[in-house]
Amino acid sequence: MLYGLDFNGCVSSHSCNVLSSSALTPEGLVCSNSQLIWTLQSKPWVFDEYRTMWFKSCRMTFLSLNRMKSYWQLWTRLYSTSQTTVDSNEVKTFLAMAHKWWDEEGMFAPLHSMNDLRVPFIRDNLLKTVANHHPGKPLSGMKILDVGCGGGLLTEPLGRLGASVFGIDPVDENIKTAQHHKAFDPVLDKRIEYRVCSLEEIVEETEETFDAVIASEVVEHVADLETFIQCCRQVLKPTGSLFITTINKTQLSYALGIVFAEQIAGIVPKGTHTWEKFVSPEKLESILESNGLSVQTVAGMLYNPFSGYWHWNENTSLNYAAHAVKSMVPDHSGPAEVVFKGETEEPQAEVSTIPGVHGELKK
Amino acid sequence: MATRLAVSRCGPLPAAARRSPLVSCRRWFGASADTVYDVVVSGGGMVGAAMACALGHDIHFHDKKILLLEAGPKKVLEKLPETYSNRVSSISPGSATLLSSFGAWDHICNMRYRAFRRMQVWDGCSEALIMFDKDNLDDMGYIVENDVIMNALTKQLEAVSDRVTVLYRSKAVGYSWPGPFSMADSSPWVHITLGDGSTLQTTLLIGADGHNSGVRQAAGIQNVSWNYDQSAVVATLHLSELSDTLSSLVWSTSHDHAAQLVSMDKEEFVDAINSAFWSDANHTDFIGSAGSMLQYAVALLKPSKVSARQLPPSVAKVDAKSRVLFPLGLGHAAEYVRPRVALIGDAAHRVHPLAGQGVNMGFGDISSLLHHLSTAAFSGKDLGSMSHLTGYETDRQRHNTALLAATDLLKRLYSTSATPLVLLRTWGLQVTNAVSPLKVRGH
Repeated sequence: MLYGLDFNGCVSSHSCNVLSSSALTPEGLVCSNSQLIWTLQSKPWVFDEYRTMWFKSCRMTFLSLNRMKSYWQLWTRLYSTSQTTVDSNEVKTFLAMAHKWWDEEGMFAPLHSMNDLRVPFIRDNLLKTVANHHPGKPLSGMKILDVGCGGGLLTEPLGRLGASVFGIDPVDENIKTAQHHKAFDPVLDKRIEYRVCSLEEIVEETEETFDAVIASEVVEHVADLETFIQCCRQVLKPTGSLFITTINKTQLSYALGIVFAEQIAGIVPKGTHTWEKFVSPEKLESILESNGLSVQTVAGMLYNPFSGYWHWNENTSLNYAAHAVKSMVPDHSGPAEVVFKGETEEPQAEVSTIPGVHGELKK
Repeated sequence: MATRLAVSRCGPLPAAARRSPLVSCRRWFGASADTVYDVVVSGGGMVGAAMACALGHDIHFHDKKILLLEAGPKKVLEKLPETYSNRVSSISPGSATLLSSFGAWDHICNMRYRAFRRMQVWDGCSEALIMFDKDNLDDMGYIVENDVIMNALTKQLEAVSDRVTVLYRSKAVGYSWPGPFSMADSSPWVHITLGDGSTLQTTLLIGADGHNSGVRQAAGIQNVSWNYDQSAVVATLHLSELSDTLSSLVWSTSHDHAAQLVSMDKEEFVDAINSAFWSDANHTDFIGSAGSMLQYAVALLKPSKVSARQLPPSVAKVDAKSRVLFPLGLGHAAEYVRPRVALIGDAAHRVHPLAGQGVNMGFGDISSLLHHLSTAAFSGKDLGSMSHLTGYETDRQRHNTALLAATDLLKRLYSTSATPLVLLRTWGLQVTNAVSPLKVRGH
């Protein structure tokens, strides 16, 4: 849509204008951008003025393009909506909280406390795949990818257990915080590597490299879940494990997860989650199975805000964790020949093999 | 300075000597140490050494670095001395289990110890007594000399010297904790400054440095304490019943009396002990009849098997130079943990020796803290994190507070010869003796 493209182009060049006058950090770019969006949404008559500005800015853009190259690349990467799984609004939200990751009693306390569940979950399922392990370093020799690692809250415990962990996150400040924190511990410094990027960017260079991929509290923030899962599968070794923790899309999760947790009690920072992007375990399972990942476990998790501890639960209507293993079949199989079928595909297969019955029902 | 350091440290452990040139370099150039220890235990007494030993032998700590700091020199027991030491401890079966979990109990068994199956407590002002014995043939506890325990622990520490480093003659003079979270650039570890100026970094500091704990004071943890106006006299006695029976004595009494006891000559001391056991001076008829009345009532209600009532011992002689006195008091830290700090043993709680519980409470602390740290290590957690340290604190405060209060109450109750209180405790003893669950709980 031309309007949209113009809008994006307009925004970018206007930002460049601002940039050329003073050196701004990516955070500065965020501020000017959101102000512009708000202005245009509430005062559409302003658009004419911006159109004239746009022509002027274009010329300035070309002049200052060399200097602004690094910021430009970062910005277009974050703003192109079609080929990436990174959602720009999500990036903005997390940018504001980047330096608070490691305060165990601060706003990320529930995430710190969730480690008591997710680390044993990952550790025990990975230990099942090895015959014997080194005492003291149970995950040594394993390569793990932590997608959306944030400040490294889950990356560091896995590193302490002996694994080589590669942590990626699209938010630059998060990676800076994570790197700063791990630098204090010489053992972790060697075992963990961080990079600012999205999953799609490293798919080619890390094809079939990892024993495990962790996407904890991430799938409810991605723009395109199907692509994300496909990329996860690509970087996994054959029979590698994918671990996901996320929030279910139910009325309960809206009431407790958004209304109570964010707006009333402040357990989760406001605006962290969007209910529309929550994923039900059934939907997640079907996407996983249709992409050649065999689901091994789905288990519910419950947070007690009074004690501050998480517990495993039968009920998956709020938070849940899933473990899937990359199957050995090639991943280009269509629905007709797929070996591991999702729930929605089975009835179709049955109906198609009994056309007589189907015909009779129609009558 | 550097040479002196090297010389004093090349004795005990090669690891320590290898480290010492680096340590002195750091001192000169002021660079920060590149090793971050996972756990540093400050204080190498029975409880501190046992903690370091237990951590070193724990399976989830195979990859970790542990350091034990001891201000004194290394004590090497070449040969078991003929004479018994006057400092002994009563080790409960639970503590013995802990010690055997890392192999120290075997060393103790090979040296010397004495199991006991029965404990009897006499009241000095009446005929009442309380007897603890187990129906089955399990031992109730063990009397072991402190030197024997330390020797066993030292041997087991040497067995895990690749994980546990022991620094002798190293006294920590300063501790500094990480600043509040907002100071993101400061090191998140605890920094310990030693007497020679070197510094160490660690993720968790365990304070096992006795009732005047430097760790506790540096952390600013409040300590509830009072001194009993009593001192304890310890001595090794020869009893007259059997020729080879040695006994250990702990006599709690007023400061003046204690000083007298230590300074009097051996025969007078023996007489003093015997008269304390056998004297009827404080018995009154009133108490006597009240006591026997209740005894009759109890026998009616609950006829029980009567174990042979043992008469108080009579002492033949006391070992030369075995009399020592030390002051008594009670202490309890308001908090056992802070971020990156945990207190164990006498640093957390100091108790009257009348119930023989002091070191056992310390070993109980070790069991609990070990369990929490082991689980945390297996989950890759930062060992100094409050989330599991508070679990240890809750476990142990619950247990220790009750025991401390009970011991304090008993001490006060038994320090008096005022009739109402004597009657109370006489009846109390008799009832407790009759009601078995109370006895089991108390033990």
